[in-house]
Amino acid sequence: MPLDVRVATSMAEAAGILTADQRTKLLSGGTLMMRDVNEGRLLDGTLLRITDPAYRQMNTSGARIELGAGVTMAMVSNNRDLAFLHAAARSIGGPAIRQMATIGGNLFAQTPYGDFAVALLALDAQVMVQSGYGSARSMPLDEFLGARERGVSGLVAGVQFSKPQNAADFRFRKVSRVKPKGIAVMSIAAHLPNTGGRISQARVAYGAMAPTAVRARGVERALEGKALDAASIQAAKAAALEGTRPATDAIASEWYRREVLPVHLGRLLTGEGR
Amino acid sequence: MAKVPVQFRLNGSDRAAFIDAADNLLMTLRRGLNEFAPKYGCGQGTCGVCTVLIDGEPQLSCLTLAVACEGRHVETASGMAEGPNLHPLQVAFMDNFAAQCGFCTPGMLMAARALLDRNPKPSREEVIEAIAGNICRCTGYEPIINAILAAAGAGDQKRA
Amino acid sequence: MLEIRKDYFANERDDNLNVIGKGIQRQDMPGHVTGRSRYFDDHAFEGLLHLKVVRSPHHHARIRSVDVGEAERAPGVKRILRAADVPVNKNTLLSLINFGKDDEPTLAVDKVHYKGEPVVAVIAESEAAAMAARKLVRIDYEVLPAVFDVEEALKPGAPIVNETYPNNYFEYHEKFDHQKLRFGDTEKAFAAADLVIEERYQTSPIEHAPTETNGSIAAPEQDNRFVVHSCAQGLFFSLGTSAKILNIESNRLHFIGGTVGGGFGGKVDSLTEPLAILGAMLTGRPVRYVLDREEEMLYGSPRGAERVYVKDGVMRDGRIIARHVRSYFDAGAYTRLSSYAAIKCTAHLPGPYWIPNVSSDIYVSYTNRCPSTAMRGFGITAADFALEVQMDKLAHAVNMDPMEFRILNAYRDGDMKAHRRVAKNTALIECVQVAAEKARWPISESARRQSSLEGGGQRERGQIPATPIDQRGQIGRPETRSGPVTQTLPAGTMRIPLTKQPELEGSRDARPVAPNVPRYEPARPMTQPVVQAPAPLAPMPSAAPPPQPGVEPPAPPAPGVQPQHGAMRFSSVFGTRRR
Repeated sequence: MPLDVRVATSMAEAAGILTADQRTKLLSGGTLMMRDVNEGRLLDGTLLRITDPAYRQMNTSGARIELGAGVTMAMVSNNRDLAFLHAAARSIGGPAIRQMATIGGNLFAQTPYGDFAVALLALDAQVMVQSGYGSARSMPLDEFLGARERGVSGLVAGVQFSKPQNAADFRFRKVSRVKPKGIAVMSIAAHLPNTGGRISQARVAYGAMAPTAVRARGVERALEGKALDAASIQAAKAAALEGTRPATDAIASEWYRREVLPVHLGRLLTGEGR
Repeated sequence: MAKVPVQFRLNGSDRAAFIDAADNLLMTLRRGLNEFAPKYGCGQGTCGVCTVLIDGEPQLSCLTLAVACEGRHVETASGMAEGPNLHPLQVAFMDNFAAQCGFCTPGMLMAARALLDRNPKPSREEVIEAIAGNICRCTGYEPIINAILAAAGAGDQKRA
Repeated sequence: MLEIRKDYFANERDDNLNVIGKGIQRQDMPGHVTGRSRYFDDHAFEGLLHLKVVRSPHHHARIRSVDVGEAERAPGVKRILRAADVPVNKNTLLSLINFGKDDEPTLAVDKVHYKGEPVVAVIAESEAAAMAARKLVRIDYEVLPAVFDVEEALKPGAPIVNETYPNNYFEYHEKFDHQKLRFGDTEKAFAAADLVIEERYQTSPIEHAPTETNGSIAAPEQDNRFVVHSCAQGLFFSLGTSAKILNIESNRLHFIGGTVGGGFGGKVDSLTEPLAILGAMLTGRPVRYVLDREEEMLYGSPRGAERVYVKDGVMRDGRIIARHVRSYFDAGAYTRLSSYAAIKCTAHLPGPYWIPNVSSDIYVSYTNRCPSTAMRGFGITAADFALEVQMDKLAHAVNMDPMEFRILNAYRDGDMKAHRRVAKNTALIECVQVAAEKARWPISESARRQSSLEGGGQRERGQIPATPIDQRGQIGRPETRSGPVTQTLPAGTMRIPLTKQPELEGSRDARPVAPNVPRYEPARPMTQPVVQAPAPLAPMPSAAPPPQPGVEPPAPPAPGVQPQHGAMRFSSVFGTRRR
């Protein structure tokens, strides 16, 4: 049977359909799923569209930010409250892709794609997953990414995270060979809250350095409680590779990614240009 | 499997087609409506030659479900001219020799139009960013960038 | 701004011509900016069918069995094409000019020779239906050892890549496993050189990656012909190739094209036309066969990789006295155009330098890779990369400035080239001088004073030296790769006497076909007024007027005095040709 398309007018309906039928796949922005359709990898089953406005809703005025999974990169880029995320959103594709690609889809992008998820990981985002017709439960993003390959049952409804106290505490950098738009050699996001000149609760995440976006726990430990100075940056670079498992692909070799990661991490932390 | 109907405005005219439910917009435009301005280049969102405007925003028609365009306004390069009068971008592309093989041109024009519609006076960097999703394999980017900047300047003169 | 230095290129431009340097609008530009230029895929057909091929997942494998039963019954499938459906299922592109042996099937028969080789074609009502049915074709393979290295492939015992060339190399002139160039005595010169430097260079395959992928649409017309909308860069090359593979008269094919969404050499192989036309013939409906992006990137033929060894003998004063180049073209699994690339490479050596002793052995190796093909300057660019990097290394070795080193060794007008032709309009010296000036690269006063118009062709620079020749690298005899010199051609020898009667272009079956080919009169100098008075009307002469008594029939033209023009020309590039 060829592919069918269904429409869900509410989030609950979508969650119900997705929980009940494993052969139904949610089509969010289409930038990943339609490629599989076009290239013959997805030939049967059902594509589900959601028309519920809640799927694209943004609550950005408060300290706790909520973004529907259907929010696009363009919507993030155009929202002034989310200025700290503009670099991450603009790193995704060109303008046309950003009109289409959604936050929810980015959580499912396979390496070396999925740069926005790297930013969300550094922000300690919670993923709201709705199963059946019940209410959504929240799940830390790293846990979600770890479980992704086993298949997520239900609907990814949105993400929540706390807005950084100071926009300058959040840094994002995507390293690509083609500019301004290119696939990631790697991406690095860092949230380095600063109290009294000392970093506390540092969160650093990498894209394209492992099968999913991953935390850079060695770097986080090296920076914790330290001032961001030459010594702590040197320690962070020394610990940069902890937990990484990069792949060799058309963009870069595993070896190259390992070699240049400390360099780019150092530049991100010192605020140098590329 | 039964065909499904889809109806949308195409360059200002109401059009309808019967399609397979999962057909993308590019296939529907080209094979269903004989609208050949948007091209197939990759089917994966990499090249930009299928770029169209949907309700004024640039999107990739190869990654868009046609049925999701029900009731919306789809615009392509073949709808840019007003009668015999070419759009300033089209004139600027001609004047600046901003096409070689011509295959990327319809998508480039759509990306450029989306930019100028929102930002009539872009900087060179903004132009480069606006066409970042459109590949020109003849690598004629410089004349394309110059053409878009020239069209923005021409629009300026018109208003003045 | 364009500047032509008339002092060096006196005959290169007629001053009455005034187009170059000005912007002239292209005639296809209005179509491009309005989205109305018609590329091959921009044509509407009622009842259009879509063709997709099943490709080999292995680099080298025997096909044990093919089962298309389930695919044939799949929804929307109209026809499955197998190797046996292709009328002439073996071809080589340059067979149209009688060069090389047919070695490539349109659909693989009993073996696959590279990953991605087409085995079965599925024709269905939609692309999705064709892709779904493609997954239902069952092919049982016995995987065979593969070879990917150009030099490994030439070693005895290497896996046989291409049964038509069982030694894994293209066969030149029915004699050698490589294309030879011999000029002077490189071995003797190496022995006399102050320094001998040998380096190895390797390039990678490059995909053209046009934004428009390869494809075509073929449709039956009402006059027993087929219209073919094609992306081909050489439309009539593709027409001839398709007519041969389909075993039909070429006038039954109506090719339309010329508007190509980027080619760069990657659209000369007729990758899709023969199967699209065959599909239209067998279904009676229009058939569209377009590579998707992944197919284009992986299986559209690339520029071939090359491995080049350059060995130079150089004197401490900077003169290069000998150059030997040994290079290997990676043809992939089939010939396509690599045989021609090796000839172009040979014709390009030793680069734009006057070197008194030059030799080269250029091989075309078959490996279990995607066949390679044309791309801008193929045969030349990789050699130039190797030669120019080598020039920098040589300059460094003799402690000379690289610019001055090039000026010292550059061709000058009147020099004898390794191909026994006299160099003209060389101007490399001046180009280097200008480049140095623009780059503010300091060069010596003496280097600045050099001129390509002076000193060329003097003494040995204008002579063809005595040249030892050899029988190294005979077909099928790897032990002859290091054979002795067999003969020394005396100085001044222009060409080696051929043992075979040279064939004429257009000949078949190794026989001259001069009587059958049209002859063209040479253009007469216009000493007479061009417009002549019309002759008075006369009765049409009969085809063969009977000889009149007392009047001698005109003598037939003496053999050998006909102008050697057009079809009579002997190809200096290909030498003798064979089927």
